[in-house]
Amino acid sequence: MGESEEVKLLGTWYSPVVLRAKIALRLKSIDYVYVEEDLFSSKSELLLKSNPIYKKVPVLIHNNKPVSESLNIVEYIDETWNSSGPSILPSHPYDRALARFWSAFVDYKWFPAFRAAVITKSEDAKEKGMKEVEEGILQLEEAFVAISKGKPFFRGEAIGFMDICLGSFLVLLKAREKLKGEKLLDELKTPSLCKWADKFLSDETVRNVAPEIDKVAEFLGELEAKAHSAASKS
Amino acid sequence: MAEKEEVKLLGIWASPFSRRIEMALKLKGIPYDYVEESLENKSPLLLALNPIHKKVPVLVHNGKPILESHVVLEYIDETWKHNPILPQDPFDRSKIRFFAKLVDEQIMNVGFTSMAKAEQKEREVLAEQTRELISYLEKELVGKDFFGGKSVGFLDLVAGSMIPFCMERGWEGMGLEVIKDDKFPEYKRWVKNLEKVEIVKDCIPPREKHIEHMNYMVKRIRSS
Repeated sequence: MGESEEVKLLGTWYSPVVLRAKIALRLKSIDYVYVEEDLFSSKSELLLKSNPIYKKVPVLIHNNKPVSESLNIVEYIDETWNSSGPSILPSHPYDRALARFWSAFVDYKWFPAFRAAVITKSEDAKEKGMKEVEEGILQLEEAFVAISKGKPFFRGEAIGFMDICLGSFLVLLKAREKLKGEKLLDELKTPSLCKWADKFLSDETVRNVAPEIDKVAEFLGELEAKAHSAASKS
Repeated sequence: MAEKEEVKLLGIWASPFSRRIEMALKLKGIPYDYVEESLENKSPLLLALNPIHKKVPVLVHNGKPILESHVVLEYIDETWKHNPILPQDPFDRSKIRFFAKLVDEQIMNVGFTSMAKAEQKEREVLAEQTRELISYLEKELVGKDFFGGKSVGFLDLVAGSMIPFCMERGWEGMGLEVIKDDKFPEYKRWVKNLEKVEIVKDCIPPREKHIEHMNYMVKRIRSS
């Protein structure tokens, strides 16, 4: 990679999936320009042009070529800057398959269940949803123990793909804990994940790019208040 | 890979997710044992190998299970490196992965799952949304025989197993014309190309039986 690199990241400061891209870029020591999008007003021309199908963040633009979808971006970063920094995905195909499987579990099963349980107004649906979320956490605990094999992270001694995938949600979870007092990770039920969560959040790379839990909690509170007042006006 | 390879695939004849794995294994010339699973009566083996999702396909390689069709395809490509399914260049790979997800999530959800639940009027709206999504694929095919260029690749296997050889059968059963002939010339050309490829042809579920199956899936979705 001798020629001049132009790397731009479109994101929002509070988004867990944007955080994934930031962590990956930081791990590889890549210089980039960050563009904060305001998704509540109008999306920028650049965002609409770079991600016309979903119109979502994060979008990584590398030498004018756009890459979207957070895990796609992380893999792209890992493959493109493969000689700088640690490798984000493990090297053995079976370990890679495990990392990809569990990250798909987080993104297509676990987090959607969490989001649905949080949003729903029905107490019944919330209870059922949270049961599914708790079941998922227990499955992740088991997966962590099997994959990490006694090491601090899914990837081993340092953070990797699966750590980034699940860990990116920790700030949001901790922020909700602050706001609502609802704790998701229980020291008794998921002791290994609790230890992992602390290690992840105190990891130097993560600390450098993650938003502050207090700020996210404040932001979530504001969002909730807006939604509440909009609902009561209608 | 000189030592004895044991490859087993648990699949369902009508599932685009397991058909695409068969295509990949055939493309790489990998011998495998196929185990036909039933949607309604899942085997203890399947439930043991995929306790979380309880779904096909499951690839078992030397005793170790690999799950989720995209994950399996990447695993196959990384383990057996000849006849590559994914391109070399990271940007091209990211595009392929992006569109593969578009097919299995947006296109499948809008074009089949939601359509199954909807009534006739709403189905027309969903058909229009599906056309819009497929138009993104249409653009990618301009000037190419396949998404993979001169030969079939990852996205051909994913989109091929899903759209022409699965969803179209569902639409036929629902009496819908989603892919209008004059609007999707590249897509039509691509499907004709696919039908000429031996390893794809071998893995297309039989038409009439498949339409019947898709009608059953619609009923199943509506009653859930």
